[in-house]
Amino acid sequence: MASAEALIRLMHIHRTFYLGDSKVNALRDVNLTINQGEYIAVMGPSGSGKSTLLNLLGLLDRPDSGIYHLAGRDVTTLAPDEQAQVRSKHIGFIFQSFHLVPRLTAAANIELPLILAGINPDERVQRVKQAIHEYGLDDRAQHRPNELSGGQRQRVAIARATVMRPTLLLADEPTGNLDKVTGEEVIHLLETLNQQGVTLIVVTHDQAIGARAHRQITMDDGAVVTDTINNSELITG
Amino acid sequence: MRLTDTLRFASYAAMGSFVRTLLLVLAMSIGVASVVVLTALSDGARRYVVDEFSSIGTNLVIVLPGRSETRGFNPANLVTSTPRDLTVNDAEALLRLSGVKLVSPLLIATSEVNASGKLRESMLVGTNADYMQLRKLKLSLGRFLSKTSSKGGSPEVVLGALIRKELFGTENPIGKTVRIGDKKLRVVGVLAEGGRGMGMSSDELLIVPIAIAQTMLNTNTLFRILIEAQSREQIDTVKTQVLKTIISRHEGEEDVTVITQDAVLETFDNILNVLTLGIAGIAAISLAVAGILVMNVMLVSVTQRTAEIGLLKALGATSYSVQQLFIVEALLLSTAGAIVGLGLGYLGAAFLRYLYPVFPAYPPLWAVFAGLGTALASGLIFGVMPARNAAKLDAIQALSKRY
Repeated sequence: MASAEALIRLMHIHRTFYLGDSKVNALRDVNLTINQGEYIAVMGPSGSGKSTLLNLLGLLDRPDSGIYHLAGRDVTTLAPDEQAQVRSKHIGFIFQSFHLVPRLTAAANIELPLILAGINPDERVQRVKQAIHEYGLDDRAQHRPNELSGGQRQRVAIARATVMRPTLLLADEPTGNLDKVTGEEVIHLLETLNQQGVTLIVVTHDQAIGARAHRQITMDDGAVVTDTINNSELITG
Repeated sequence: MRLTDTLRFASYAAMGSFVRTLLLVLAMSIGVASVVVLTALSDGARRYVVDEFSSIGTNLVIVLPGRSETRGFNPANLVTSTPRDLTVNDAEALLRLSGVKLVSPLLIATSEVNASGKLRESMLVGTNADYMQLRKLKLSLGRFLSKTSSKGGSPEVVLGALIRKELFGTENPIGKTVRIGDKKLRVVGVLAEGGRGMGMSSDELLIVPIAIAQTMLNTNTLFRILIEAQSREQIDTVKTQVLKTIISRHEGEEDVTVITQDAVLETFDNILNVLTLGIAGIAAISLAVAGILVMNVMLVSVTQRTAEIGLLKALGATSYSVQQLFIVEALLLSTAGAIVGLGLGYLGAAFLRYLYPVFPAYPPLWAVFAGLGTALASGLIFGVMPARNAAKLDAIQALSKRY
């Protein structure tokens, strides 16, 4: 693999949790290289470490040991506030339960990352307007999340995740709370983003969705079991 | 994050749970309002007493019969336990002292006044012509008592405004006679309405020459001797000289008490200031309670909004921004409470003044600032802990909660 232009390089990542007295190996010696623009599905049974991997990639969690390079930069040693900066500029999150702020309108929810990044109000208005238009939410902009359908909520969440134009989009079961048709729409939306160059990593249980990705990573008990690219090449982790 | 955005976000968050915010603002405002109203009350009491006492005159030295304190054992105490009377002669002797401007003997009793068949009970004041200047009384009609020696005095009387109205109505009373006890007195003047002092309204007074009053009451004793010093600086020398003179006139025995208006004023002022301070302290307790309430509410809010905090972090918020959001929210709540409370407090004080117009119930400025300061400080102090909790929150765990 062309490691020089790799967006993500994980080297010997370990992450252990303690649940009471028992030790849970959430990640065991994970090594991964992900290039810019890839479309990856992470699959595996629950408790296999998928979400931990995603959180780690999103800098919400730190490995106990190992090195994580993001865009050529070692981000494991960054201070929390610097990590927040990286999250703000380079990483977009999409969650199964949308995580929209209930008291804010769709537009205000989309604006949130821009506000947190300290972008000036005029530019914010521009970018939110554009995002709302792109995601077909024009007539829903001033509605609160509880007035939106599941698909609309997830579209708002995707708009929010992409409004800062991140290079890396992390989706944790993005269709888990949606019916089949709406789920298809959302996946299609994410794939469109991927075609525009965003690196997309989707954690999913759904084999059908997983199969659409260009690369499938299967995890079990904290380790990468299979890593398949374009349904042909097989690399064991 | 920009400050305006922080403010906006925090205020939206506060408005997000309206009832909670309303109750909190109410609690805080009751605290601030109670500081304002209670200090207005007690400072009003201070002003009232001080005003009453200053309105009796300026630079006054007052002689009271009897001693207010015992200075050790004196054989004379065994022999003579009753003090000698203060007499008109004592008063006249004091007038000769240097630094003394005016001296008025004072005799007070209740008495019945009778004119054209109408009878009324009122306060009889026996004094001399200087009393008017000394007490800064104002006349609406006629003249004050004529300047005669203390011994004599023509049978004349000056009426209070209310007495005049009740006895004579709109008629001009000057030159008419009224009957006080068994004496017939000619009305020479009427006092202006609204004068007061020492809790007494001058509207209900009958002022007669001291000699007349003494014969009417069949006594030689004076109730008080009022002395006005020529200037403020001379008050102390006048006081010692007065005491010396009286002692020498009373065969070496100190059987009078001499007080100065200044000292009394200062004492009242001090006591009532301490009272106000104490009351402000008590009221401030309710502010501290409100502060704890702010903390409680913010802690609950942090727990309720765990997922939101996690989200903010995922979206790139630094711990500092998260902390700031919650502190600003706590501050906004307490500021709103403080402002509402200030309004309520001033309204309450205004209402008190409306109910009791003579009572100057204005909250002292220091108490207003102290109340506001305590409210904001408690909001800030008690807001810090919940905000830190929010900032320390683990983003992943926070996000795994659904809302």
